[in-house]
Amino acid sequence: MKLLNYTTTYFAVILIFLLGLWALIFYFEILDEIYDSMDDGLDNQKMLIIRQAKEDPSILSKNAFEDGNYIITSTTPQHSRSFTDAYRDTLMFMENEDEYEPVRLLESVFQQNGQYYKIKVVTSMVEEDDLRKELFFSLIWLYLGLILTILVLNNVLQKKAWKPFYKLLHQLEKFSIEKDRKIKFETTKIEEFKLLNERVDRLLKKSVESYKSQKEFIENASHELQTPLAISINKLELMAENANLPPAQMEELGTVLHSLERLTRLNRSLLLLSRIENRQFEAKENIAWNDLVKQIITEFEDFAEHQQVKISLTEEAHIEHTGNKDLAGILVSNLLKNAIFHTPSGTAVEIKISAKGIEFINPGSAPLEKSKIFSRFKGGEKEDSTGLGLAISKAIVEKMNMDLTYNYTSQNHIFTIFF
Amino acid sequence: MKILIIEDEKDMRQNMQATLEKENFLVEPVATYKEAMSKIGVYDYDCILLDIGLPDGNGLEILKTLKEKGYSDSVIIVSAKDSIDDKVHGLELGADDYLPKPFHMAELNARVKAVLRRRKMEGNNLLEIANVTININNHQVSVDGESLELNRKEFDVLFYLCTNQNRLVSKSALAEHVWGDYIDQTDNFDFIYSQIKNLRKKLCDKNAEIEIKAVYGIGYKLLVP
Repeated sequence: MKLLNYTTTYFAVILIFLLGLWALIFYFEILDEIYDSMDDGLDNQKMLIIRQAKEDPSILSKNAFEDGNYIITSTTPQHSRSFTDAYRDTLMFMENEDEYEPVRLLESVFQQNGQYYKIKVVTSMVEEDDLRKELFFSLIWLYLGLILTILVLNNVLQKKAWKPFYKLLHQLEKFSIEKDRKIKFETTKIEEFKLLNERVDRLLKKSVESYKSQKEFIENASHELQTPLAISINKLELMAENANLPPAQMEELGTVLHSLERLTRLNRSLLLLSRIENRQFEAKENIAWNDLVKQIITEFEDFAEHQQVKISLTEEAHIEHTGNKDLAGILVSNLLKNAIFHTPSGTAVEIKISAKGIEFINPGSAPLEKSKIFSRFKGGEKEDSTGLGLAISKAIVEKMNMDLTYNYTSQNHIFTIFF
Repeated sequence: MKILIIEDEKDMRQNMQATLEKENFLVEPVATYKEAMSKIGVYDYDCILLDIGLPDGNGLEILKTLKEKGYSDSVIIVSAKDSIDDKVHGLELGADDYLPKPFHMAELNARVKAVLRRRKMEGNNLLEIANVTININNHQVSVDGESLELNRKEFDVLFYLCTNQNRLVSKSALAEHVWGDYIDQTDNFDFIYSQIKNLRKKLCDKNAEIEIKAVYGIGYKLLVP
């Protein structure tokens, strides 16, 4: 739910209760005030009638309401002595409405010429059901009006006020730490948003910084490892050359050299990976991918033959695409080597160049875990593998704005480079 | 042949010196930019091995000075930075070759010899070892004057081993040199064996006096009687 709608919904619910409560209080207050002024009016009228009766005693015998709004009846002194003025609500038949309507009635006693009289004065009263109905409809209109106002205000004012927030949100959505794209912060007068922008800016800068320093660390560490590795390997090579060691020790030396060379390859791969990610290899040229693939197949022929794997190439299209040639070569050789390496001997690796892209197809008994294969050191656990080949391939395609996917269909692993 | 090694890392310098002295080159090692500058001002060298990252200066400056003064010394850049920019920049400045660290001693040897050979191109481009003659220009090999048919890779293997005769050449050094830029992605170099086997057979058929000897688990050695 959007923030704007959220507040509007809240207002809508709260207003129902608030308006209801307010209407209730208003209703009783106004009713009270009406009764009060009506009773005052009746009292005043009573006094006028009593005064009039002194001048015109004939009205003392008016015992039906008919055209007037009072009746006078004689009463006993005993009764009148214990009597106090009383207001009450009652019903009276109204000719115009043709029904009984509520009226307010004042009963009082007075004395004239030693005779006691009882007087009843009436006045037509507010029709409560009508009042309630009117009030209800007014309330509905008021409610709708308020909601509409809130909606308009929210959409115009709030939207304007929240604009920097949404702008920031939109930018954060597109932000990617690897791409190092700067976020442009909207200037705002609102304190909270200023603070938010400031904090987000600081947080992002810090993350980018630590991301960069981590990348640099890997690159520097790999660099620093090069020389000691080179020295060790060279010393061992010279030693193997000079000393006339017995075969057993020679073999041991071979094992050490093999491990050191593996370490060198691993180190080189790490270095390559961080270089790709650190945006080196900017040089671009037009690459004829078919030729590149053919060249690399030639280079791997002996390797494949030794693994007893055949390489077949089908060309359905000619692909030319700009990119860094060194990276392209590494990409193709990585995928080809990977396919040859993981294919059971006696079978074949198929490379298919079509309009779709370049596919590397090799048979395999079970699918690989898609989410893991492109991560560092998460690939196959095969001996002598650096575990970085596919991670490097993925980094390369991302760098070159291409795509690399893995699929498993009919007992075949398929890696596809999309252009 | 005089070779100047400019390299600040002591062990690295010693390794390079030992390797090249074995080939009967006259080797002078220096460790700093200053020393290097004073040496190149006084002596001529056939080949200079130049480390870019020196503690008291950039090796590329030495290269610039050399070229500005018109010296003809061949230069091979030896760098741990292994960065394409450095390579391109170095070659643009007139370096003859670029060798990224870590490298095999056999490779260093081969590169130095290739550079020296190019320098003396006008003269001899035949490599004669025992009764085997290798024509470097047209990739022809003959034994006792009789031509020996080799494919591209067999030739490269033989030539690389001959360049490093009587020295131990590790399998990975051979693979990286012969099978190209991408093969170092592979982690298993046993496939070299079949090429060596073919080569041995061909040499043997022609009664070549040289012999390719396997050195346990490490690599191969070309033995010359």
